[in-house]
Amino acid sequence: MTQTSKRPDDGQPILRLQGIGKQFGAVTALDDIELEVRAGEVVALVGDNGAGKSTLIKVLAGVHQPTSGRIEYLGEQVTLDTPGKALEMGIATVFQDLALCENLDVVSNLFLGHELSPWRLDEVQMEVRAWKLLQELAARIPSVREPIASLSGGQRQTVAIARSLLLDPHIIMLDEPTAALGVAQTAEVLNLIERVRDRGHGVILISHNMEDVRAVADRIVVLRLGKNNGTFTAETSHQELVSAITGASENAVSRRAARKLEPAGDTK
Amino acid sequence: MSDNVDKQSMLLDRADSRVRHDVGLTGAFRGFVDRVRSGDLGMLPVFIGLLLISVVFSVLNPVFLAPNNLVNLLFDAAAVGLIALGVVCVLLLGEIDLSIGSMSGLASAITGVLWVNSGVPLPVTIAAVALTGACVGALFGFLRNQFEMPSFVATLAGLLALLGLQLYILGPTGSINMPFSSPLVRFGQILIMPAWLSYIVALLPGALIVFGTFRANRQRIAAGLSSGGLSVAVAKAVILTVALVFAVYYLEQGRGVPWMFGTFVLLVVVLDYALTRTKWGRSMFAVGGNAEAARRSGINVRRIRLSAFVVCSTFAALGGVFAAARLASASQQAGTGDVNLNAIAAAVIGGTSLFGGRGSAWSALLGVLVIMAISNGLCLLILSSSLR
Repeated sequence: MTQTSKRPDDGQPILRLQGIGKQFGAVTALDDIELEVRAGEVVALVGDNGAGKSTLIKVLAGVHQPTSGRIEYLGEQVTLDTPGKALEMGIATVFQDLALCENLDVVSNLFLGHELSPWRLDEVQMEVRAWKLLQELAARIPSVREPIASLSGGQRQTVAIARSLLLDPHIIMLDEPTAALGVAQTAEVLNLIERVRDRGHGVILISHNMEDVRAVADRIVVLRLGKNNGTFTAETSHQELVSAITGASENAVSRRAARKLEPAGDTK
Repeated sequence: MSDNVDKQSMLLDRADSRVRHDVGLTGAFRGFVDRVRSGDLGMLPVFIGLLLISVVFSVLNPVFLAPNNLVNLLFDAAAVGLIALGVVCVLLLGEIDLSIGSMSGLASAITGVLWVNSGVPLPVTIAAVALTGACVGALFGFLRNQFEMPSFVATLAGLLALLGLQLYILGPTGSINMPFSSPLVRFGQILIMPAWLSYIVALLPGALIVFGTFRANRQRIAAGLSSGGLSVAVAKAVILTVALVFAVYYLEQGRGVPWMFGTFVLLVVVLDYALTRTKWGRSMFAVGGNAEAARRSGINVRRIRLSAFVVCSTFAALGGVFAAARLASASQQAGTGDVNLNAIAAAVIGGTSLFGGRGSAWSALLGVLVIMAISNGLCLLILSSSLR
């Protein structure tokens, strides 16, 4: 919560990655990744399974250390060696696996690692804050005193998203935030992303749902096999995006689409 | 009625109409029955177990329930209980410490050598023992953190190493007797809390429950949250107070409540506060539940692990001092045999999970009472040790 630095103006870069690489043993998960996130901007990160999206998010969250490249945050080169450091600097993350403690209740999870008054936990204030955060997300959580284990997948996801907002971060990264959510909650998350953007924060959104991506993203960055494979906007055609993601205009998706068209053409 | 509903839904935590909110005594009772039915028994089996044990053993030998036998039982329980208290900490993380028995044995040996043989003042000796425990715990924590060595392996090695150290410093004589008139031995065998103090202590928990609930409710109402009312707290407090006052009254028919047991209970309360009301305790539960999630929340998992091992070994060392005080000697047998098993079993019987993330400091207290009641009862039956 030590964000002494002032909020960057809209359009100023918050985060800039240069030549980020990450090796897991013999596997190159990321290779020479360039990425820039400006204040008040939603950047969507898309790519096939195994393209390196989640790895990139984890590098930025301080979970993994990059093997090469540099990270510039608010104009200064930084090393994100622990998740705690990334959080303190104002980089919040909603992980794909949510990273919640199932044995703890909702309030404890929201404030995990950032409890109010560490020597005599202020449960009342934490609970009030928790309810307010959850209301902001139009969340339907029956009780914040139930352990996470008793919540449904969608409820857990809402809790994870609420947690990322707790520290009022500069930049928020969401890895598949809407995968388990219902229609209304998905809309709320998209609203939330826009609200966060309008407040001048940067957002990195990972999603396989092209509709969601188009709905909120200012730029769409495509990763393929751990490398940059082009930057697009929401106006880019579906076809073009898919071919960037799969690496060829001739791919499983286009073949399937063509197959579907054929019988329709025959009957005419 | 509808006005009431409106007022309810104004509250922050009462917006969801699907949830039944149990209010008042009947509500609390309904919730309790629901929980038991759904298989969440909580501390219930421990109480039933204690009851069964006392019935069976007192039928077999009426001496079991004699006040003075129970006083002895409490004297015996303090040492193992203290060790179990430390074990709760490592179990909460899903780790284990098998060296606690040897650690307590080593601690009693150090007490004997430093205090009796070398004449070091008692407080300095106890501080040195606690420090030794902390260092041993730090070593286990370091091995776990730095080399990812499973605590089972590291502490199993520790069991043998500490046992060796204990035999080494005790030397060829093998046992050191402690003077019976010394404060340590008196603490371990004779010293009893004055009756008035015991009764006051018995009244405290109930008073604290009512007062704590009253204050929490006021804060909750001020913050716009629902409050449960006082009736449940008062009922709990009354039951608890009656039970405790009766227990003290009964023990006062014999010698009374031992200081050693009182000290143990005080430490249980302190650890319980640390585990439930501080950031450290919250982090302990988080690391035990999901270490990776805890790490990603910015918790220093290594430091938490280190602290758990340090606390565990320190409590084991202090338990060793208690045991030495109880037996008035430091011998080669101290800390061997079933000390390890009893301490770990006490924590688990009391309701602390072996797999981490669930448990409480009170489990050490309840568990050790069960274990000690069984071993005490079996002793009274004068069975051969094979049957025991």
